[in-house]
Amino acid sequence: MRDAAALLLRARDVTRRFGGLTAVSEVSVDLAEGEIHAVIGTNGAGKSTLINVLSGEIAITGGSVELLGQDVTAWPQPRRAQAGLGRSYQRTTIFPRFTVFENCRLTAQAMREAPWNWWTSASTCPISTAAASEALERAGLSGRADRIAGTLSHGEKRQLEIAMCLATRPRVLLLDEPLAGMGQEETERMLSLLAGLKTGHAILLVEHDMDAVFRVADRITVMVNGAVIASDVPAAVRADPEVQLAYLGEVDVH
Amino acid sequence: MDIRAPRVLIPVLVIALLVVFPLATTGFYLEFTTKVMILAIFALSLELLVGATGLVSLGHAAFYGIAAYATVLLSPKYGAASAFWLLPAAIACSALYALAVGALSLRTKGVYFIMVTLAFAQMAYYVIHDTELGGGTDGIYLNVKPEVALFGWKLVELGKPVVLYYVVLGCLLLVFVFLVVLLRSRFGRALAGIKDNEQRMRAAGFSTFRYKLTAFTLAGALAGLAGFLVAVKDGFVNPEMLSWHESGAVLLMLILGGMGRLSGAVLGAFTFALLQLFFQWDAVFGNFSKHWQLLLGGTIIASVALMPNGLIGLPAQWRAWRARKLAGGADA
Repeated sequence: MRDAAALLLRARDVTRRFGGLTAVSEVSVDLAEGEIHAVIGTNGAGKSTLINVLSGEIAITGGSVELLGQDVTAWPQPRRAQAGLGRSYQRTTIFPRFTVFENCRLTAQAMREAPWNWWTSASTCPISTAAASEALERAGLSGRADRIAGTLSHGEKRQLEIAMCLATRPRVLLLDEPLAGMGQEETERMLSLLAGLKTGHAILLVEHDMDAVFRVADRITVMVNGAVIASDVPAAVRADPEVQLAYLGEVDVH
Repeated sequence: MDIRAPRVLIPVLVIALLVVFPLATTGFYLEFTTKVMILAIFALSLELLVGATGLVSLGHAAFYGIAAYATVLLSPKYGAASAFWLLPAAIACSALYALAVGALSLRTKGVYFIMVTLAFAQMAYYVIHDTELGGGTDGIYLNVKPEVALFGWKLVELGKPVVLYYVVLGCLLLVFVFLVVLLRSRFGRALAGIKDNEQRMRAAGFSTFRYKLTAFTLAGALAGLAGFLVAVKDGFVNPEMLSWHESGAVLLMLILGGMGRLSGAVLGAFTFALLQLFFQWDAVFGNFSKHWQLLLGGTIIASVALMPNGLIGLPAQWRAWRARKLAGGADA
């Protein structure tokens, strides 16, 4: 159905066990360029664990992960990031004492680390400064570049979280609840940002805000207790009786 | 008022003072200041780990002591070694041990890291303390100081206290400037990122272990420079140089001076040494000067309680306190 070449990330039967608990059970997802693939599920369904396994932050128990046609299952996280896999965190994970600009410049520095060059000031590195400016522009934070990151509002910190991810120029984005704790206006801004990011990126979006998910997602995967119960286009997922029973019915109450 | 003025003025004044100091004094105070400047280099090397990378090591004296022992053991018994190979060799010994210790200890974090670095330092301590390798508990003398000569022409006479003073001052300035430049570089910024948020650095694509190992090895090498200088200065080394007391003392210097700032390490080394000298002064403390460690310990506890950011953080602490007071006054 979809062009295999445009699939930037393919996960097959990904499984992660913590002792006796199977947090993620044989989950397969495909991420295609130009698409937002949302993963939804109740708390504890294994969504964040899935992102952690895909990004290499925690080890995989079974299954395989393929990134841009390469098998990266055994790769550590930094190597996957170097190969074009970016992620954001559910709990804001920034460098609070640095300026907003330096937050992005530092992550962008990963593209050309040059650690042996000890005599040149990092602030003159043309590659990372250009990537940082571009990422801030894209995330709508250019006006905040000189602020200390820790003093930003919650919504701006979430934007910075995305900007830091973009600064490394990834092809695949794994976004863990970018809308968490955001107000109405901030949510709108973030959603238009996400829609704009589709071009050139394959995006995995874990999100609790159902309205938002159904507005921006091209595909939706529903997880319950670590396993996938449905994976399809939004209209089909919405109509799926099993999904309604297991998930949507409960969450709509919120 | 230009807020940057003190940032330039104070270092220039301190350097000028250290440069003219030997004109005003000789003997004890000259040697004392030489020793303190060596300790400042040692403290700066630990600051690269603790302040810049966020790695608290309690075994840093091992690298200081190993280079000092290497300096003595590699020197011929009745002749002068050339400093041109002895210094790199001594530093290499420390750096190699640091590389090995770092490769194993950096897999742990926090308290475990502190304990593992301590264990490796104690291992080195007992090897020197309990074997005949370096004269056992008695230590060992450096009979002839290394020479700095080119084609038979002596450039620097390390045996003269005033010459050694300027050599040590030069080393201190070089190490300081090196670290200032290094911490501004991409490598230095990556260390700052690791200190603040290692998880994010890995997510961005940095193999943080390699950075930490490089920093650890570099810190060991710089501690080795201090160890070389102290062996040349004293002409004698003993196992206590590698003991955990020494590792603790250099950590206290950083805490006292203020972590996260290079000048804090230097200020801490001077303050620590001066406090130690002061509390040992029997004209003031009489018989009680025997218990100088008690007074020093009390002072450090008080300073940690009163100055959470160390001496170097006092101006900022004072400004914050005044701003709070002014704000409070406005409310009332």
